[in-house]
Amino acid sequence: MTRLIPVRETILAAAILVLMILIAWRFPGFVAPSNLANVFNDTAPLIILALGQMVVILTRCIDLSVAANLALTGMAVAMINVAMPGLPIPVIIAIAIGLGAVMGAINGLLVWKLAIPPIVVTLGTMTIYRGMIFLISDGKWVNSHEMSPAFTAFPRAEFLGLPVLSWIAIACVIGFAVMMSRTPLGRSVFAVGGNPHAAVYTGINVGKTQFLAFVISGALAGLTGYLWVSRFAVAYVDIAGGFELEVVAACVIGGISIAGGIGSVGGAVLGAIFLGVVKNALPVVNISPFWQLAISGSAILIAVAFNARGGRTKGRIILKSAEKPLEAAE
Amino acid sequence: MTDTRLQTRHVPDRLQGRAYRTFRSWEALLLAVAVAIFIVNSFASPYFLSAWNLSDATFNFTEKAMIAFAMALLIISGEIDLSVASIIALASTAMGLALQYAAGTPELVIIGLTVGLLCGAFNAVFVTILGLPSIVVTIGTMSLFRGISFIILGDDAFRGYPASFSWFGQGYIYWVFTVEMLLFLIIAIIYFVLLHKTNFGRAVYAIGNNPTGALFSGIRVQRVKFILFLLTGLMSGVAAVCLTSRLGSTRPSIATGMELEVVTMVVLGGVNILGGSGSIPGVVIAAFVMGLVTFGLGLLNVPGIVMSIFIGLLLIGVIALPRLWTMAAARRVT
Repeated sequence: MTRLIPVRETILAAAILVLMILIAWRFPGFVAPSNLANVFNDTAPLIILALGQMVVILTRCIDLSVAANLALTGMAVAMINVAMPGLPIPVIIAIAIGLGAVMGAINGLLVWKLAIPPIVVTLGTMTIYRGMIFLISDGKWVNSHEMSPAFTAFPRAEFLGLPVLSWIAIACVIGFAVMMSRTPLGRSVFAVGGNPHAAVYTGINVGKTQFLAFVISGALAGLTGYLWVSRFAVAYVDIAGGFELEVVAACVIGGISIAGGIGSVGGAVLGAIFLGVVKNALPVVNISPFWQLAISGSAILIAVAFNARGGRTKGRIILKSAEKPLEAAE
Repeated sequence: MTDTRLQTRHVPDRLQGRAYRTFRSWEALLLAVAVAIFIVNSFASPYFLSAWNLSDATFNFTEKAMIAFAMALLIISGEIDLSVASIIALASTAMGLALQYAAGTPELVIIGLTVGLLCGAFNAVFVTILGLPSIVVTIGTMSLFRGISFIILGDDAFRGYPASFSWFGQGYIYWVFTVEMLLFLIIAIIYFVLLHKTNFGRAVYAIGNNPTGALFSGIRVQRVKFILFLLTGLMSGVAAVCLTSRLGSTRPSIATGMELEVVTMVVLGGVNILGGSGSIPGVVIAAFVMGLVTFGLGLLNVPGIVMSIFIGLLLIGVIALPRLWTMAAARRVT
């Protein structure tokens, strides 16, 4: 198990590298450090959301409401900013994280207390949250000239050569790497996904862990909601429409098993970066952006087929019961 | 006392012993909801009780319900297909493409159905032969199928379908009865017989309840699932023909988000999302309930996006309420 994950990540990292070399061969400008920094900054929201989604998927759940959560929080903070332009940015960020966490907690409670399948819960809340944007905004847009300068400047402010948005993504990656490997919560997330029954016997509350995973995913979606709206300096009903699929795609490409219990922070980040590189490279190599949807769909299928093949060589069916606790204990 | 407790506890759960009776009562409850919505609507808007308006209202659900029947079988067997709306987009795009080469109505229909079937087969290969989880596969193909439509069409649209082609989505059989309504009824009867009166239908339930047990009792599990994915693809093809014919044009964004409404319809119809139980009459009534709700709200000038809140609440509420009720009942006893 410990041997397997780095192999997957190495292959994915190699794939990204090959992709970049192929692009650089024709368009050397693409791999210039300043452009790579741009690509990373552009991928930062996807990285942040993929980390939250990873935790949810590891606990055998799925969160399809992240994009709607992001959009609703983004609209809410934009409207708060219009109503109270003097509110300092840290307060805005706290509100965004809090709102997102509440929406994640609603998902989590429905999964934990009522044992409703996560896909049903989040499909439902996805439409509810999206519809609520229309209710609170009346279908109107919040445009850049209505937002306060501090509100829109924050994610773009440069710090040590990188925008704050990129630094937040980096901080999230480090924070999650520590959380997943060094804290009881991180370990119980793996235990719950690897073998829920064994997790119960080791004293882990499965439902509560899943609830916390949803709260984490929601809080990150809320944070990204503010970053998204302030970066693009516009908020409307359809922002980040369909983005939840890209987030799930990043996780699946990153080798996080949809069956739970298998995955890593590095995988999620690399999966997101892979999609980000593809997305940013398409216009450079003169392919219509309309190709992007089909490419990420194919990438999901290839990644899931590839990962399943890797899992099958271990004799999955016969040794299932004996093997799962080992994975959890990894 | 214990009797009622048993009933409530079994509502959303797997088929066990007396549960069949419970499911009949679930459908009875749905029917009551449908009647209530009907009555409320006819008071809320003076335009509701008109034969032509009600006939128009059926378009709200006929196409979705066609897919929902096949999806019900798929969900009962423990799988799911989230790519149905994208299959519609791809099938519709293929028909539009054929139109550019002067295809007639019969060819268009054949192409639509074939593309649907092929997409279903594509999903089926990944799920049954490669053994991958259907939810990830169909999230992938959801992007892939619609992505292909986008590659072909970009932000363009195919128009100019022949007049005879518009019969499927705009034609009337007799007075206010549309062609789509007839198709809906025929398909409902076919799926009712298939699920409730044939060995194949029993196999679907068996697989949903215990795939390993089904395998050991001689059911070719993967083959049954393969056929179910084919059926879902085929029904998406039928829906694509109807929708394209009704709209008279193809855009790559056609039927966006329809997979959610189809799944909602199936779950509202009493099908257990975890597989193993459900019925076709339930889905039929659920189709009417959703059609009446959206149509009634539409008459009251409620925008589509607000309606989607109702659909989302309906989806969660319909599963949550029986569970809350059971939990409350269990607390009273203990």
